[in-house]
Amino acid sequence: MRYAEAGYYLEIDLATGNIERVATDPKLMQLHLGGLGTSIKEHWDRVPPEVKAFDPENHLIFSTGLLNATPAFSANRSVVTFVSPQSGTLAYPMMGGFFAAELKYAGYDKVIFKNKSPNWVYLYINNDKVEIRDASHLQGRGAVETQELIRKELNLPKAQVAAIGLAGENRVFTASIEQSRSSASRLGGGAVMGDKKIKAIAVRGTKDIYLARPEEFMEQMKGVTDYIKYRWANPIKDVMTILSGIGSPQEMLHTDEKWHTENFAWGNARTRRRDFWTEEIDESWSKSQHAAVKRLISCFNCPTHCGALISHKDTPRYMAKCFGKLTYAMAAYVDDLDFSWKILQRATEYGVDSFSTPQILAFAVELYEAGILTDKDFAGCPSDKEGRFFWLLDRVVRREGIGDVLADGVYFAARKIGNGAEAFDHNTIKKHEQLPVKLGTLDPLYFLMYATNEKISITQMEGQWPQSAFPTPEQREEFVRDWPQIPHDKFKQWVLDWELRGEKAIPYYPTPDMCSEIVDWMEMMHNIDDAVGMCCGMSSFCLKPPYHIHNYPKLISAATGMDLDEDGLKEIANRNRNLHRAYNNRKGIRRADEKPPTDHWKKRFPELEEELLSTYYKYKGWNEDGIPTREKLEELGLGYVANDLEKRGILKNGEN
Amino acid sequence: MAKIKKKIRTITVNADKCNGCRTCEVMCSAFHAVPPYSSNNPGRSRIQIITDRLEDIWLPVFAGEYTEAECMGRNKYIIDGKEYRECDSCRASCPARDLFKEPDSGLPLKCDMCDGEDEPICVKWCLVDALSYEEREEEVEEEKPNMTQMEIGLEQFAKKHGLQNVVDTVARMAKKG
Repeated sequence: MRYAEAGYYLEIDLATGNIERVATDPKLMQLHLGGLGTSIKEHWDRVPPEVKAFDPENHLIFSTGLLNATPAFSANRSVVTFVSPQSGTLAYPMMGGFFAAELKYAGYDKVIFKNKSPNWVYLYINNDKVEIRDASHLQGRGAVETQELIRKELNLPKAQVAAIGLAGENRVFTASIEQSRSSASRLGGGAVMGDKKIKAIAVRGTKDIYLARPEEFMEQMKGVTDYIKYRWANPIKDVMTILSGIGSPQEMLHTDEKWHTENFAWGNARTRRRDFWTEEIDESWSKSQHAAVKRLISCFNCPTHCGALISHKDTPRYMAKCFGKLTYAMAAYVDDLDFSWKILQRATEYGVDSFSTPQILAFAVELYEAGILTDKDFAGCPSDKEGRFFWLLDRVVRREGIGDVLADGVYFAARKIGNGAEAFDHNTIKKHEQLPVKLGTLDPLYFLMYATNEKISITQMEGQWPQSAFPTPEQREEFVRDWPQIPHDKFKQWVLDWELRGEKAIPYYPTPDMCSEIVDWMEMMHNIDDAVGMCCGMSSFCLKPPYHIHNYPKLISAATGMDLDEDGLKEIANRNRNLHRAYNNRKGIRRADEKPPTDHWKKRFPELEEELLSTYYKYKGWNEDGIPTREKLEELGLGYVANDLEKRGILKNGEN
Repeated sequence: MAKIKKKIRTITVNADKCNGCRTCEVMCSAFHAVPPYSSNNPGRSRIQIITDRLEDIWLPVFAGEYTEAECMGRNKYIIDGKEYRECDSCRASCPARDLFKEPDSGLPLKCDMCDGEDEPICVKWCLVDALSYEEREEEVEEEKPNMTQMEIGLEQFAKKHGLQNVVDTVARMAKKG
């Protein structure tokens, strides 16, 4: 019997229509846990680096995590992996919702797609019954309406459906995969799904998932539950409201957006509006949000309310979460929150990433205002800010006119348009649009996180370390007093010593050595979350979360029957991290690519930045170019990876 | 007629507070696994969240009696602008649908209020307080045993197993006390 995992992958060859249910080697779990970890291993074994995003050999893997469909609260994330059309690296956007648990209850840990279907299809899974079905009647339909249509067609109200909209069909590089109130958005998973002509995956499962040591598991869950209640009653002091609680940022609950709207940049990551949040705005935005949010909702088996059902006037209903509420309005310089609810509905049906897409639209507006794009490019475009954004969104998603160029994202569009457009590409890392934040002094922790992570998205990297130093010693004492989540007690001293100004302040403090340990810890926790399918909102993305390095080994051991201790878990996380790194090294990622945009901070420190990178690489066991050394790889049982990197001349013999 | 004390156990469902997470389904099925918590499967949960997300319907319903035949109930109810089917709030394990049945065998499931626990498991784990539990004692008239009902039941057993078998079984049970 298999514990925690289902023990089977579903292998789909879209070219031949062949479907296989393949039992997995239990050793895979011992080496890579599951979720992102085991998916990276599959990509490494199956997809050589020559394969591009839209080649038939590119694999698209929908994976559950190791703890999905166990009673562990908030373990509900699916991870989707593929070679990205935008970054060219192995991308892994994730989604919450209900899909992963249902897939596991159907008896599968992963669905692995290869090759391309000649016609539009959707995959139907109902326990052992699996069919590739015609989806020609769904072509052109929205991602939300497709989910509803399939549920009705199957007469299975409890089926969970992940679908793409028009953006995915048209291989827009920011196309998302939408599912219930969640989406796997970053780096173009929807485009790869569309390229393979998969409109949707529908799954219904009614099988058992087993725990190896149930009493022990439930004892751990009691601790987690008590802690969740404790954190609800005791928000963290001296930090912004949005950071004080647990769960993903409660954007659908909170109406006070002073912090986001005044500190994040508007337009194409361009302007900070420090006096934006007036009483009138507060009143109008609160009114708009309260009218639009019909109910606060959660993902599977999670006691929080990070999402919402949105019912805005005569706009069709949809579900929303997180920062999408602000991205379009801020990118378009629109001061009316009603605009957000309207455009977010259209964007959700189209199925596009609400971080990247608004920035692409704002980039186009800037180019037009600078005369680089012309009236000819904008023929038919309304002149008002709102209308212009709707018009541009339609063009991008349909790949019409200038939209066809923009649909490849800011980086590629800038180079295609030329004529100075490259200068307006000032907010991408590794060709991927970043959060619109432009700040004052280089932050060494954020520098490393932005530069080095394979997610290429800060929100999947940061979280557990305070975003800035606390102003007073009393506040620092208060923060570290109750902080069992850290891996070493010395972290407390670093917080105590960390000042807002002076020698012990950014950019020189925490020191590069300290930064390496802090960033490595935060990244490791994200990696564990991504392998077990835990929502980082209840773990690595929030301050003092319910799940951490000390209770995870116990929970995973009780679930699986493995006897993992902290060192064992860290070793697996490291193995997964290094395998992912090596994969992307094979795809060309090097030190030269690990650069936040030039204007990300006003005050930069080139020498320090190089020292930070070198120190961090060394800490990780990587060479000066950011490639894992043979020694490191062998230590993690990845000698075969070192051999491959050497064979390809990526690691040079004798050097490492 | 003698008065006796009877324990009245009530679960109050505040559907407006339900966030649709289905933890109740996970925990119910885990608790009723043998041994407890060794597995879970919302498909065999005795509480089901009836969901129509875009219609804003999240309705926790508990498994009730088994019924051999489906009823005529196909009416619709519009409450607070939301359209419910008559089946949505029905507790029956019924041939018209696959709710409240063991997924493998199709045998009916019924909520037992987690007898023996301080409170039903679904209530215990509903951290958003959509479910709450109340227990009170009431004095009620002692009911006469309903012989007719029992006779009907025994007749069914006799048909299936033979009267002598039933007599022997009852005798054996009586001996055990």
